[in-house]
Amino acid sequence: MNAAQMTSALKQKFGSAVLKTKEFRGEHTLVVTLEGAKPLLKYCRDELAFDYLVDVSSLDYMGKEPRFEMVYELYGYGHHQHLRVRAAVAEDVEVPTVSDLWPTADWHEREVYDMMGIKFSGHPDLRRILMWEGYPYFPLRKDFPLEGKPSDMPDIGFTKVAPMADGPFVTSPGVGDTVTREPRSRRPVE
Amino acid sequence: MIAPADQTLAAYDSKVEGNVIFTKLDAAINWMRKNSMWPMPMGLACCAIEMMAAACSRYDLSRFGAEVMRFSPRQADVMIVAGTVTYKMALAVKRVWDQMPAPKWCIAMGACASSGGMYRSYAVLQGIDQLIPVDVYISGCPPRPEALLEGLMRLQQKIETEHSFVEQKKELIAELTA
Repeated sequence: MNAAQMTSALKQKFGSAVLKTKEFRGEHTLVVTLEGAKPLLKYCRDELAFDYLVDVSSLDYMGKEPRFEMVYELYGYGHHQHLRVRAAVAEDVEVPTVSDLWPTADWHEREVYDMMGIKFSGHPDLRRILMWEGYPYFPLRKDFPLEGKPSDMPDIGFTKVAPMADGPFVTSPGVGDTVTREPRSRRPVE
Repeated sequence: MIAPADQTLAAYDSKVEGNVIFTKLDAAINWMRKNSMWPMPMGLACCAIEMMAAACSRYDLSRFGAEVMRFSPRQADVMIVAGTVTYKMALAVKRVWDQMPAPKWCIAMGACASSGGMYRSYAVLQGIDQLIPVDVYISGCPPRPEALLEGLMRLQQKIETEHSFVEQKKELIAELTA
């Protein structure tokens, strides 16, 4: 069974939980409800032999409702098929963990929590993984500025705001051609 | 009075030539220090690979007496910060620096350690000089081993000009002159 057949089989089995299916250049995506996501993922692992969870990631559609979206990338070593499962998540809604289905989801979900602030119910160890415990922000959210925000935890970590204008690696967008946009062209050669 | 170190001259005494050298204490101390710098390799990113290359046989840091890479800060006197210092790592770098005995020097190797480099980001410290005093900055992303050697030689030149005895042994001088 290839990914297209699996997609239609899943759509038949889970019916209203599957909101949309999408195919783009051989990539198959299922958009599902959050409630339907975990039973569907469990079915994918147990019956459709998706034994490898490639990645768990999340998106922030700030200004839209629901705001976030979870993305699960599945792969089967037996049949070499890829499948993507997406589920929209409203703010302050907990997502059921899939770390009991694929142990690798443990750290992936910690990263989603660290960067996006989505909480997972039933996760065995939901701590930050990249930033330190106690860092007050979720840096991959759209309302978090690229240059960061100041924070301070004595003896553990601090952050400051990075300068975004000027500096040796900042180009001038929209100015002339690629040569004059280069940072070095703004500095006279001695 | 002790003359400035850079005006120091060594001279042979004809009667004991070959056995005794007259020099200034500062010059002697500096000469010993600059030819035996023990680096603390703070390798944090790709710059560390170039630092390793500089330490290997082709570029050979030991020609400058800096081949004794010490992974204990207590045995090192020059910290080579080679790579991107994230905020998560920043206080660990500071802690290692604090454990190094004086006199100590710091080389910021590469764009990231010097200024944050291309990482204008919430996660990266914009230059290690915000936390610890840097003696030599080396440009490059990453710098070639030759650039690290040049930086090391610049540091040697800097050490040559230090008033090492007067500045670092103030208590001893006060005791001797009392």
